[in-house]
Amino acid sequence: MNTATDDRIKSKRLASPSDWTFDLIELYFNEIRRTAQSFGLDTYPVQLELISAEQMLDAYASVGMPVNYRHWSFGKQFIASEKNYRRGHMGLAYEIVINSDPCIAYLMEENTMPMQALVMAHACFGHNSFFKGNYLFRMWTDASSIIDYLVYAKSYISECEERHGIDAVEELLDACHALMHYGVDRYRRPQKISMVEEEMRRKDREAYLQQQVNDMWRTLPKTAGKQSKKEHRRFPEEPQENLLYFIEKNAPLLEPWQREIVRIVRKIAQYFYPQRQTQVMNEGWATFWHYTLLNDMYDQGLLSDGFLIEILSSHTNVVFQPPVTHPGYSGINPYALGFNMFTDLRRICEKPTDEDRQWFPEIAGTDWRKTLDYAMRHFKDESFIGQYLSPNMMREFRLFSIVDDSTQKELEVAAIHDDSGYRRVREALSKQYDLGTREPNIQVWNVNLRGDRSLTLRHSRHNDRPLDNGAEEVVKHVARLWGFRVRLESVDSHDRVLQHWEVTPVPQQHH
Amino acid sequence: MLHQVIDRRLSGKNKSIGNRERFLRRYRDQIRDAVRKAVGDRSIRDIEDGTDITLPKRDVSEPVFSHGPGGTREMVHPGNQEYVRGDRIPRPQGGGAGGSGSGASPDGTGEDDFVFRITREEFMNYFFDDLALPRLIRTQLLADAPEWKTRRAGFVSEGNPTSLHVVRSMRVALGRRIAMGGDARVELRRLEEHLEQISKLDHTPAAEIAALQEEIQLLRERLKRVPFLDPFDLRYRNRVREPLPTSKAAMFCLMDVSGSMDEARKDLAKRFFILLYLFLTRHYQQTDVIFIRHHTQAAEVTEDEFFHATESGGTVVSSALTLMHEIIRERYLGSEWNIYGAQASDGDNWQQDSSKCRELLDNKLLPLVRYFAYVQVADEDQNLWEEYTRVRDANPHFAMQKIVTPAQIFPVFRDLFKKSVTPAS
Repeated sequence: MNTATDDRIKSKRLASPSDWTFDLIELYFNEIRRTAQSFGLDTYPVQLELISAEQMLDAYASVGMPVNYRHWSFGKQFIASEKNYRRGHMGLAYEIVINSDPCIAYLMEENTMPMQALVMAHACFGHNSFFKGNYLFRMWTDASSIIDYLVYAKSYISECEERHGIDAVEELLDACHALMHYGVDRYRRPQKISMVEEEMRRKDREAYLQQQVNDMWRTLPKTAGKQSKKEHRRFPEEPQENLLYFIEKNAPLLEPWQREIVRIVRKIAQYFYPQRQTQVMNEGWATFWHYTLLNDMYDQGLLSDGFLIEILSSHTNVVFQPPVTHPGYSGINPYALGFNMFTDLRRICEKPTDEDRQWFPEIAGTDWRKTLDYAMRHFKDESFIGQYLSPNMMREFRLFSIVDDSTQKELEVAAIHDDSGYRRVREALSKQYDLGTREPNIQVWNVNLRGDRSLTLRHSRHNDRPLDNGAEEVVKHVARLWGFRVRLESVDSHDRVLQHWEVTPVPQQHH
Repeated sequence: MLHQVIDRRLSGKNKSIGNRERFLRRYRDQIRDAVRKAVGDRSIRDIEDGTDITLPKRDVSEPVFSHGPGGTREMVHPGNQEYVRGDRIPRPQGGGAGGSGSGASPDGTGEDDFVFRITREEFMNYFFDDLALPRLIRTQLLADAPEWKTRRAGFVSEGNPTSLHVVRSMRVALGRRIAMGGDARVELRRLEEHLEQISKLDHTPAAEIAALQEEIQLLRERLKRVPFLDPFDLRYRNRVREPLPTSKAAMFCLMDVSGSMDEARKDLAKRFFILLYLFLTRHYQQTDVIFIRHHTQAAEVTEDEFFHATESGGTVVSSALTLMHEIIRERYLGSEWNIYGAQASDGDNWQQDSSKCRELLDNKLLPLVRYFAYVQVADEDQNLWEEYTRVRDANPHFAMQKIVTPAQIFPVFRDLFKKSVTPAS
């Protein structure tokens, strides 16, 4: 490199002190944005917020959202993370980013300038473009209205607390939280949520709903002639998987305000549903892009060596995957898996081997940006791994699959990273990220309309896996919401009931 | 692409305080028990410190449906070193190798406690949570009543800027402007109309028009000089302080420091009084505390001397009671005072003196006090205990307890000062 280019590069180089300033953040942000645009990343506008460590702890406690309703479980979360932080057991996440429009990213005051650059590239361009592009987020969440909705939820719930007492609201929220993972529609697109609309339509909805419920439970005697025909009408006609939705619409004794709170919890659960299904992809995508963007800026001569080294050392920690024998092993690190998969995907596009051509004929040798963009937009963890986990990756991670069958005395190695095992390992790993198999499949089975109004939930066993005994506590919560006896049965593939729990609610006193 | 950087560091730190309070509120009973247990084994100095609270994890958990152990599951792990397909591995202890995504089963194994710290302030609040001075009466309005309540009382023209009432002030200003400009405005309107009329006529002399115009100009200027807002207009919210019925209380602490009180007993007595003192200063700011210690003679001492000085001799318990009676007569006579007594002794007393103590209490002191608590820091029943038992049987507002080990101090203290359900007589 001759001296002329050297000088030119030096003059372009951005200042790199370790302390950040607002000017520097602006400067770096603009450079990162320019680089990101050159790669064609499509993002929401960004709002950067500088916060202190205490505020980061606050954000932790309310599941990362800037506003949320009050609940003791958030307090518990806060107390726990505060304690761990103070004793140095836990470092704080460097960033929190919120899927909203504009995309809100928190930068922590304690971070050095290289860390702030890393966080900006990671959150403001990586996660942000994922939020904007991935089909699950596009389909299920409405980034422009989530903050509004949370403001509405917070004020509505605090209003309920004033009117009906903190205890009544807390009891209800506890019950809803226990069912939160069973409060999502998996296949239907929910209506957009926005504060204005909610406020306008809430009252109508309350009145209407109450009327519907009352109608369903009509106790007027029927005329003698028609009686026998409808004897075996099932309710619900088909099993329902969205327990909270079913309760909101059909629980006989809930007051309108209680239905509204069930709805709020359900809506928020729905908002987080895509995040739970795209952890590997989302983190992998963001990590891939901070790595790619900052390296590209270094190649342009914008970053100094020391600056990049600090970034790379954090990056290496983030994507470290301890092997299964490591004492610190706690499952597969989503950052590591995701980052390596996207990197590998780029390699397959740019430098495909014969093996890649055989496994991925349609993408080997194509434009990597288009391929990665397509992968980011149209997959979730389960399908992404099922589609793109390459033999090369499996070898690199030395993945192997273990079957744990409780009827056998020993575990069995079902497949390893060899020719006969690639497909099996890939399929097993893909299933591991399928929420449908990870969480017990529990649905509303039947309501005894003509008798004691009891509700039956049914757990269909997958691979004979039973329910944990903690289920009884959850059934108690369901009974609290339903108001009548609730039965949960766990059945095997032949519909034989293998476990069951039954709870009759204590009659509530109305104040 | 629009973006902005916002500095939030100074805005709203403790957003989670509300949630933390909810948590503490939910586990109030458990925390209170933990606090009381914690205090049991503390020395005098760090009674007031905060503490770690431990709650069983089971209590604070939030239940969700999850898979239990059993059935078949397949897990993929990284870092295979030696295994090939078909290998069999003995099942590791403690739930599945690694056990990542599949919701590590909360089946009792690996259950630990939820530990967190509460502050000193919270600690003391929990500690004295359901305690109160018994039979305390809010006396009538007092001339030098120390407690006030402020309430709003209309508006005044003087006050500090924070209580400025903008709407009122503007209304007054509007009124004043109308009043001050009224005549001038009427005159101005008349002159303008006149000017309009005469300027239509051809034969009006120019001088007359000029004179009129000058007059109008003068009037306009005069109107302009009426200020929009004058200090005179400002109105402030008025707040008045009203005296409240208050409780004035005096607590007499009587401690035996005679030779028979060995170090252990003195320590028990002092710890009891420290607790009492903390309790009073925390909950009853307006309380007078009088410290009396005695051997054969009684003396009123300062707080510092009471807790720290060492002195000893024989024992005449009645000397302390007599002194207490004298002090009441001198300083605390009158219906506005709620008077309390707390006495600690090992029960060892000069033989003839115990019956005198009973008479003193029965006839002189108990009619004057709301409540009198006696704590004996020794186990054996001596004559003072017997005499006091008779006092107790005759007087409902006399209580007595024994403390033999430090662990008993707190239960006894709570028992003596627990909030009674029956209202004070």
